[in-house]
Amino acid sequence: MATISKESSMDSTQAALLAKVQPAELVEQPLVTNQRDFNWVTDKICRVVETPTPTWWWVCMAVALLTAAFTGLGLLWLVSTGVGVWGLANPINWGWAIVNFVFWIGIGHAGTLISAVLCLLKQGWRTSINRAAEAMTIFAVVCAGIFPLFHVGRVWFAWWLFPLPNANAIWPQFRSPLEWDVFAVSTYGTVSVLFWYMGMIPDLGVLRDRAVQRLKVGAYEGAGLLAKGMDVFRKYLYGIFAMGWRNAGNHWRNYEMAYLILAGLSTPLVLSVHTIVSFDFAAAQLPGWHTTIFPPYFVAGAIFSGFGMVLTLMLPLRAIYGLHDLITQRHIDNMCKICLGTGSIVGYAYIMEFFIAWYGANPYESFAFINRGFGQYSWAYYMMFACNVFTPQLFWFSAVRRNAALVWVMSIFINVGMWFERFVITVTSLANDFLPSSWGYYSPTIVDIFTFFGTFGLFSVLFLLFLRFLPLMPIAEVKFVMPAADPHGHNDSTGGQH
Amino acid sequence: MSETHGIIASFADTPSFYHAAEKVRDAGYTKWDTYSSFPVHGMPEAQGQPRSKVPVFTFVGGITGFTVGTLIVWFMNYFDYPLIVGGKPFFSPVFPFPVMYELTILLAAFGTLGGMFITNLLPQHYNPLFNSDAFLEVSGDRLVIAIESRDPKFDPEATRRFLAEIGGTDIEEVSN
Repeated sequence: MATISKESSMDSTQAALLAKVQPAELVEQPLVTNQRDFNWVTDKICRVVETPTPTWWWVCMAVALLTAAFTGLGLLWLVSTGVGVWGLANPINWGWAIVNFVFWIGIGHAGTLISAVLCLLKQGWRTSINRAAEAMTIFAVVCAGIFPLFHVGRVWFAWWLFPLPNANAIWPQFRSPLEWDVFAVSTYGTVSVLFWYMGMIPDLGVLRDRAVQRLKVGAYEGAGLLAKGMDVFRKYLYGIFAMGWRNAGNHWRNYEMAYLILAGLSTPLVLSVHTIVSFDFAAAQLPGWHTTIFPPYFVAGAIFSGFGMVLTLMLPLRAIYGLHDLITQRHIDNMCKICLGTGSIVGYAYIMEFFIAWYGANPYESFAFINRGFGQYSWAYYMMFACNVFTPQLFWFSAVRRNAALVWVMSIFINVGMWFERFVITVTSLANDFLPSSWGYYSPTIVDIFTFFGTFGLFSVLFLLFLRFLPLMPIAEVKFVMPAADPHGHNDSTGGQH
Repeated sequence: MSETHGIIASFADTPSFYHAAEKVRDAGYTKWDTYSSFPVHGMPEAQGQPRSKVPVFTFVGGITGFTVGTLIVWFMNYFDYPLIVGGKPFFSPVFPFPVMYELTILLAAFGTLGGMFITNLLPQHYNPLFNSDAFLEVSGDRLVIAIESRDPKFDPEATRRFLAEIGGTDIEEVSN
């Protein structure tokens, strides 16, 4: 609770010591500020969905759809012509497609970290950003999935990746990390959707009940038939997916157990997914890829980039919907600190890679790293280093963390930097490997650029739909961390965390 | 419509709601439940409920996933169509471990969600309680205890009086 209990389990010497030292009371910042009550929280979150669609939403949706069309165009071009329209050419047969895949899948990791790992660690502050971050995870996995799917070339055979019988009577080859990836990413996507959906069931029930209440009162004279029609639609649609949830103590008991277990399952899952993604590289024998540092380095990078994206999304949301009492400075501080922590791990990994390249005394390995810093792609390396190593270090300063606009700009830098990290890893190692006679230089084509650019549109379309139709914060979980939810009446203003 | 489903009572704040639940439990009612828009910490104990059975479903799902993961790799790469790749064994528990691991998690997660639905007897889209206007407000901030008429101890008058005694307000009979 707010202050560390001084009465319990303390002997006289400790008491004398404390009287002498006069320790400052440890005041924890509240998770919901301005003494808001339950109804305010319910209303605030439900109204985002229930009020008429704001104009900015239509504008953003139009822009997002237009942007997403670029992916459609790029893929149409690719499928109708062949995978050669991408910039891939010997020796660089992995280009932007894999870079973009790893970039998007990494972004997803923050959502799972927030919903699973921080849940297990009992971090009450996760509640208000949890739902949107999980949505981000799912949409990022959708964007990520496009690239390997179309990279197979003849996309209509992509189902051969799954262990399904086909006319050739050949099965997938399970010794390949790429096949492990199929399982890792599809499991990740599926479990994220399950977790997201289960977390949403009580809130869908809230939206259902509110629609039913309005229909019972029936005060639609001014608002017209459309508003009533929408409520009928809500009553049935949310009602169907709420599965008859009725907030019973018995429901909550099983629900909380299931939630805890899903968090427990998602934690090893999130660590394994990017580990397996890193195996795609590390299991190869290419200098610059064949290192044991890859799994932890990739996981830290994924969480770093994901929190960058969470900040990129949550700061505008907070401003648009006036969520300052729910996403407080404490939330932003914590997210920045996670960026700082994981960003420092990433920076350490960059330096350690160089050290091992020298210490390992393998000439090919040392060359790969010297080539990263000073070779033909050094511009990408410096871009990556500047964005990922220097940017997060600014988060040491609370003045920086308190400047929302600056934090937002820095979060963009993190996104950019992490994209370049994957570019550096993938392309520099392939472009200059063992034999100088087989070296090459890779540039993306317009099709590569269209396809990648469009995924931001696709992501935005999905995210905007989420904002419009689903509760953007877990109402029940936010209420749970409020002081009024404490059954033992510790009604101080600091959040009833257990 | 005439038959009584149960009686509901509302409570002012979380502590009184929590203590009222303890009293209903101690009074020996069995077919009753608490209703709140958020999980109340410690409520299962106050209601005298046992530990949730959801982990059983998770375990069954996980074991199934692990077995399926092992069997598909063994069947496909060892038994049905042995494929020589890099001089590695046709089957070993090591190389397909990521597949086994991911499928364990996948089916355990399905088991967990399914277990939550099964233990909660969901989906059940209709419940007489939804007929009550007061009950719908549970989604906002109302805290409700409902005692059902199928409880052997249920008596329309005595139960109503009991709910008032433990601090319940807005006491209302909900019909089927």
